[in-house]
Parts: sequence; C-alpha cells; structure tokens
Amino acid sequence: MNTIVVAQLQRQFQDYMVSLYQQGYLDNQFTELRKLQDEGSPDFVAEVVSLFFDDCAKLINDMSISLERPDHVDFKQVDSGVHQLKGSSSSVGARRVKNVCIAFKECCDVQNREGCLRCLQQVDYEYKMLKTKLQDLFNLEQQILQAGGTIPQVDIN
Amino acid sequence: MTREELPNLAESKLTALVVDDNFVNQSIHQKLLARLGIQNDVVCNGKEAVDAHCSGRNYDLILMDMDMPIMNGIQATKRLREMGIESKIAGVTTRANEGEKKEFMEAGLNDFQEKPLTISKLLSILHKLDFYVQT
Repeated sequence: MNTIVVAQLQRQFQDYMVSLYQQGYLDNQFTELRKLQDEGSPDFVAEVVSLFFDDCAKLINDMSISLERPDHVDFKQVDSGVHQLKGSSSSVGARRVKNVCIAFKECCDVQNREGCLRCLQQVDYEYKMLKTKLQDLFNLEQQILQAGGTIPQVDIN
Repeated sequence: MTREELPNLAESKLTALVVDDNFVNQSIHQKLLARLGIQNDVVCNGKEAVDAHCSGRNYDLILMDMDMPIMNGIQATKRLREMGIESKIAGVTTRANEGEKKEFMEAGLNDFQEKPLTISKLLSILHKLDFYVQT
C-alpha cells in the first residue's frame, strides 16, 4: 500500500465531500445514510441513491406528461409526483432537489403551469447534477479501497 | 451515537412491518430496523398491510406511511384497529401540519415521527412505545 497515495486520495475525498455539503447538494440526512453502511452492506449508500435517481427519472417523466397540454394539466397528478420526489430527496439528503420540490409544490398549489414547467426543468437539472457529483464521490471511494486504504469519516460540522 | 453505541435488540426478537410505497424509503427504513437487530418485512400500501394481517402475520411494530395508493396510512390504521390488531403503529410521514397529524393520530397511531427517519428518531419511537429502555 502506498501510504502517500492513500493519504492524498483520502484528503481529496474529504475535501470533495465537504464541498458537496457547502454547495448545498447534500444535507445531514446523507450523513445519516452513511452511518447505516457497514461491512455487511458496503454498497448501501450507492444502492439507495441509485433507487432515488431511478425514482427521479420516472417521476419527472410522469410529471412532464401531465404538464404537456396547456389546456389539460392534471395538477393533482403533478402534485402527487412532487410530493413523492420531495419525500425521496429528503430521505437521501438531496438538499437542492428537495428545495426545488418545495418551490414546485407552491406552483402546483396555485395551478401555475409555467412555474411548474420551470421547476420541472430545474429539478431535472439538479438530480442529474447530483448524480454526477455522487458518482465522482463513489469513484474516489473505490480508488481509496483499491489503493489499500479505508474510507475516512468526514466531520461536516 | 457511534455504531458501537447502538443498541442491539435482536435478543428481544422484535418484529416490524414497513408500510411505504416509495422504494427509497422502504430501503432506508428496513436498514434502520435491521441495524438495531429488528427483523422486518415490507409492503407497498395500506391494503397489503391489512392483507398481511388477514393472512395471519403479526408484528410488534408497524411503521406506517400516510400517502399511499389503493389504501393510505389513515385508512389502513383504522382498518387494522377495527380488526383488533394491537401492534404498536408509528406514523412516519412528510406531512406534518397539525391537522394532518391529528387525523393520522386519531386513526389509531401510538406515535408519530416526521420523515426522514433516522436512527435517533427510530430509537425515540422504540423508547416511547416501551420496546427499548435508554441507558
């Protein structure tokens, strides 16, 4: 094991993780998720966020269909989708996605189709951005493990 | 609370049912329960929860989501209580305004926690429902 390489990778991981919290991509619920990962389920976080991203894709597609026709918007269906998405994003600590959902709900409540379409576009952007960021984070984890190191605990506070 | 400090309730042989239509929440809630040594099953809506009990299954604790298709948490809780199910039922939902909470509690809940669920919140539920004594 090259201890210098491992130390560098671990530092990179810590800095990247902290930046994700500081930039608002993640919140404390992600920390809670990481606590649940152990030797028995070493990929738990990756598996849960994968479910989340699948959820995002499906819900965004469904809401897009509901919002398609200006004269026939099913706001109840959109509201249901936003509620689901808000719940999922909250559960995994996807802070920016959750925040867009809050604004999205407000647009639904007043049946503002244009506002909903903007929020839909924004939530699509945010989840895809988070997906890329977390993939980079998981890649760093793999690099650390392959170099013989351990994943450091990161104190966000 | 570090991993080493988490109680292991496996010896108490507690069982739990997760009732939630969202796969992300199902996965997290099951993991939280498993981390504390609590064996658990999962169903996707209130009707499946009722059907599970009709088929003879029984649980010490039910974690009940509110918004679900086919049969929601309020309807399912009422139905389970009508059936004479005395399991402890904890409502777990993102809907937290006082009116919605009151309606859910009045359906027959023993406790209520706002999502997202964490180890601390789950321990709070277990402590309140006398499954776990905090030391």
